[in-house]
Amino acid sequence: MKPVGYFEGESLTRRKVFTVAGQAVGGIAGAAIVLPAVGFAVAPIFDRPEESWQAVGPLAAFVPDTYRARVITVAEGIGEAGKTTIYVRQGSPELLLNEATGEYESPEDYIAITTRCAHLGCPVRFVQAAGNFICPCHGGVYGFQGEVIGGPPVRPLDRFQTRVVEGNVEIGPRYSVTSQLEPVRARDPGEFTGGIWEYLYPPRPSTAPAP
Amino acid sequence: MSRFEKLLPPPMRRPPKPGHAPPPSNGHKATNGNVTGNGATALEEQEREKDGNGNGLRTDDAGARVVDRAKDVPADLVGWVDERMGGSSFLTAMLLRKVPKGTNWFYTLGSATMFAFVVQAITGVFLAMYYTPSPVEAYASITYLTNDVFMGEFVRGMHKWGASVMVILAFVHMARTFFFGAYKYPRELNWVIGVVLLILTMVMGFTGYLLPFDQRSYWATIVGVNINGTGPIVGPYLSDFLRAGPEFGATTLARFYAIHMLLVPGALIALIGAHLYLVVKLGTTAPPWLRADRKPKDARAEQVDAIVSPSERNGSGNGSNGHH
Repeated sequence: MKPVGYFEGESLTRRKVFTVAGQAVGGIAGAAIVLPAVGFAVAPIFDRPEESWQAVGPLAAFVPDTYRARVITVAEGIGEAGKTTIYVRQGSPELLLNEATGEYESPEDYIAITTRCAHLGCPVRFVQAAGNFICPCHGGVYGFQGEVIGGPPVRPLDRFQTRVVEGNVEIGPRYSVTSQLEPVRARDPGEFTGGIWEYLYPPRPSTAPAP
Repeated sequence: MSRFEKLLPPPMRRPPKPGHAPPPSNGHKATNGNVTGNGATALEEQEREKDGNGNGLRTDDAGARVVDRAKDVPADLVGWVDERMGGSSFLTAMLLRKVPKGTNWFYTLGSATMFAFVVQAITGVFLAMYYTPSPVEAYASITYLTNDVFMGEFVRGMHKWGASVMVILAFVHMARTFFFGAYKYPRELNWVIGVVLLILTMVMGFTGYLLPFDQRSYWATIVGVNINGTGPIVGPYLSDFLRAGPEFGATTLARFYAIHMLLVPGALIALIGAHLYLVVKLGTTAPPWLRADRKPKDARAEQVDAIVSPSERNGSGNGSNGHH
């Protein structure tokens, strides 16, 4: 049946034009509302928090053969929930800083290790007698440099960048390490590092570049 | 016209149309000669009724029914609403729909899950009156509503235990659907909607767990977000989305609260509506241990057998043979 107002030979009817135009206008209007709302919700993925450096004590407070516990703030404005314990020591010339390059630690380095377990993020504790980091949740065990020696963790403990300013050790952004202690951009717990895993768990824009 | 009748909208008190046979008991009609009412106006008819009855009340069946309905105020209120909404046909179709033989208590699990959700929705609304979704104040507000608010512990307890009840009921309902084969054609779409509802229920459990903001909530959420992060490619971004940043931060709790009380409940209500619509539209299945009804033809053949004795059948057979 010919639609109303049909002209002989026309390929595009008036009704068709208005149907498509109506749907297009409705789609644009809907997108104008939905897209900003979605962008609003996902914005933190692309937003990198400002880099902060926090002093944790004078150089003399740290020694090469054991860790000292310090508390830093990783999230502002939420009180105790935004604080975390870290373990800090002086570099030891006997320990490898990076197995891949064969570089050793220097006494001028300061090593800051996270308490966030690389398995699922529970708080690990440095046990002085064993010289190991032990996780209470699922039994992850890490050696003196944070390397995995037992349990489910997928990579060594994360570290924080350090620097010395006016005789004080300052703690900066977090970074992760591979099983050979190569620094990589910070990953969440449970995510492997190194090799193909660098692509399966891509680095996030919200983290600082690796040192 | 009575007082009640005046309250009714005009369509309900319109006099009978011309040509409508008047009641035989009305003697006045016979005397004025205008028996059939041809050409009589509505006013004339009203006049006639007044003359005939004295009190002005209409005596025809329709009129009496209207007045009775008007006197019955509560019933008429329902009728008034129904006339404008037309909900009664929907309710009748839904509540009086046919269910298969063998329908039993297992078929109530879906309703039970839905009522668990209703309990969660109601208690959740009242908990929100006292809860503060701020990392600094959340724990204090939970402590206050639990210990100091009248019945606070009870309402919070219903919400907390009701959450577990809802998850358990959803799984048992799902198991019933699976083992009864009720997911098969044409009900696959309802199974899919049910799976989405189950996932959303899990999201409710996950996001709600953080809200008390005690040590258990905090660390459970840390672990839960990190488990999300272990998904390849999208995992890291999903974690950042849930936390609103690379670390558990100032807006993480508000984000979980918004997901828990606004985003997911809206989706749950919409999908429960779709789920129920399909249940009513498609009907329920008989339990698998029930054998299918015999075909009507078989039943009829049996009835014929019962009425027509074998000898009669033989006789008629002989007769027909005799014609040859």
